[in-house]
Amino acid sequence: MALRAAALGVLVLFLLRPQWFAPLFTPLTQYGAPPIYDQGNLLELALAQLGTVLLAALASTVVGVGLGLFVTRAAGRAFLPLSRTLVDIGQTFPPVAVLAIAVPLVGFGEKPTLIALFAYGLLPIFENTIVGLRSCPPQVLEAARGMGMSPAQCLWSVELPLALPLILEGIRLSLVINVGTATIGSTVAARGLGEVIIAGLLSSNNAFILQGALLTGLMAILLYDALVGLERRVCRSVRID
Amino acid sequence: MSTTAAVRVFLRRLPVDPLGTLLCAVGALALICLPFLVFKANRIVPGDPVDLAQVLAPAPLAAAALVLAAAGLCAVFAAGARLRLLAGLAGIVVIALVAAAGADVLTPAGNRVVRVAPGAGFWIALIAMALLATDAVTRMRPRPVVRVLALAVTVLVVLAVLAHGTFDQLSLMREYAAHADRFASELRRHLWLALGSLTAAVLVGLPVGVLCHRVPRLRSAVLSVLNLIQTIPAIALFSMLMAPLALLAAAVPLAARLGVRGIGAAPAAVALFLYALLPVVGNTVAGLRRVSPAAVEAARGMGMTAGQVLMSVELPLALPVILTGVRVALVQNIGLVTIAALIGGGGLGSFVFQGIGQTAIDLVLLGAIPIVALAFAAALLLDALIETLRRGAAP
Repeated sequence: MALRAAALGVLVLFLLRPQWFAPLFTPLTQYGAPPIYDQGNLLELALAQLGTVLLAALASTVVGVGLGLFVTRAAGRAFLPLSRTLVDIGQTFPPVAVLAIAVPLVGFGEKPTLIALFAYGLLPIFENTIVGLRSCPPQVLEAARGMGMSPAQCLWSVELPLALPLILEGIRLSLVINVGTATIGSTVAARGLGEVIIAGLLSSNNAFILQGALLTGLMAILLYDALVGLERRVCRSVRID
Repeated sequence: MSTTAAVRVFLRRLPVDPLGTLLCAVGALALICLPFLVFKANRIVPGDPVDLAQVLAPAPLAAAALVLAAAGLCAVFAAGARLRLLAGLAGIVVIALVAAAGADVLTPAGNRVVRVAPGAGFWIALIAMALLATDAVTRMRPRPVVRVLALAVTVLVVLAVLAHGTFDQLSLMREYAAHADRFASELRRHLWLALGSLTAAVLVGLPVGVLCHRVPRLRSAVLSVLNLIQTIPAIALFSMLMAPLALLAAAVPLAARLGVRGIGAAPAAVALFLYALLPVVGNTVAGLRRVSPAAVEAARGMGMTAGQVLMSVELPLALPVILTGVRVALVQNIGLVTIAALIGGGGLGSFVFQGIGQTAIDLVLLGAIPIVALAFAAALLLDALIETLRRGAAP
């Protein structure tokens, strides 16, 4: 807990007052290069990256959960075998390849990154939704039906709550992967902390590279922690004894 | 009310496959509404759609349309998986051949500047047919041996067709011809980086995993450090390793002579090794933990030493889970090597990033398609191996 608060503190302080950390990064620079990224506002970049990641995650959650619901209903059962295979195949797609293929289609900037993050984040959510919905014990479903629940009621008040922990886990996985992947978006001119890393790479300034990595890593870890906490809370409220 | 009921009854009697119908509709719409081929004055400009009817002779075009229509009918109505697989494969072949024929006609002899590229219609129809075939294969549930054989046959056929030159006038193959001298070496570099770092990760990760299994306090520490490494963005880890390796090369002449340099493949190899450690160590621990205590107890009772128990009971029983970790690490590595190109490490990623820089989609695809194919083949091979082992263990 203390560690987490410290991590959050370091992240917020670094984003608000980056110059305070300059003495720490000066030993990494050569020939008097700036120790702290000076070609943009770190807070703005971090928020831009977080915004891209959250927007992509929202889209992949809506689509992933929707598709997962569809293929586990009677109407969509014919799509189930193929969709599972596609999830397997999709996970072998490197995100860079998705990003690279999206660029010529939609141009440089935020859009290809959003597409790549959406496509890449879709898989864990879709997969976990299917696994979660299908792991609902048949006896429970039978009992719900016996109580006179309609299929919609059954879905809303039995299946979805039972599948919720796994769905949330899928969302967490895709968010954390995407925070890291979003830095690659800077190679196609999306705004984010990847800019800092690439600027460091181009001017061989290790201080830039390290602070870009540090901030991205901190964001990923804190997001992971926050979502684990959220999952615990949700799971406690829906547990069935 | 009664009419909808009647329609419903009619549809239920008619064996319509919903997935096949969707694929058929999407493929047909794409072929009709979107450009199948695009003619570009050079490799960078956006091109103009080509009207196939003015390019190809009516007879072959009609034959192709007929085959595609038959494939579509199979997708909608056929119940047998084999027939559907055949339809999907036939569709893929016909779409590819039409594109090749169109490119042959459209490219002026000896002209190396114009490009005939597949358009959106081509790609969507091709993907629809590939999905049809994939769905059929999924429903047939082939045994691991059959899957590996099918992969081998596919690879051989694709290589033979490419070598024969059927597609030489299509933009992607023109791009390959322009970079043929570098392609083989970048491919080798890509594989070498992915497999080399994985081998190192297995050699180190396996003993570390066993140690973590034995010493619980070590386990959480090691696994959280490895988890932490995974959160470092790949670009950052690759670039951060450049400085220490440059210093190492400067300080230790032997390291420099072995090829360790700040720029190039060395930082990439180290970063990939670090990324691959988590799946290997994590799955070794998970696999060993799943070995039933009764089996270990029985082995000890037979008078085996701790080392013998590990080598001939615990590790073999944990092998499928460990290999699952190796699969994750390998697929992840094949994708991540792409980023090595940014720090001068080479590999197929150099085509991808050059292509992005020049906005030349053909060059991007020349890098991206082989990367995806490699990752897919690696996953298929290891999955087959894991399934064979699991079947052998639980008859």
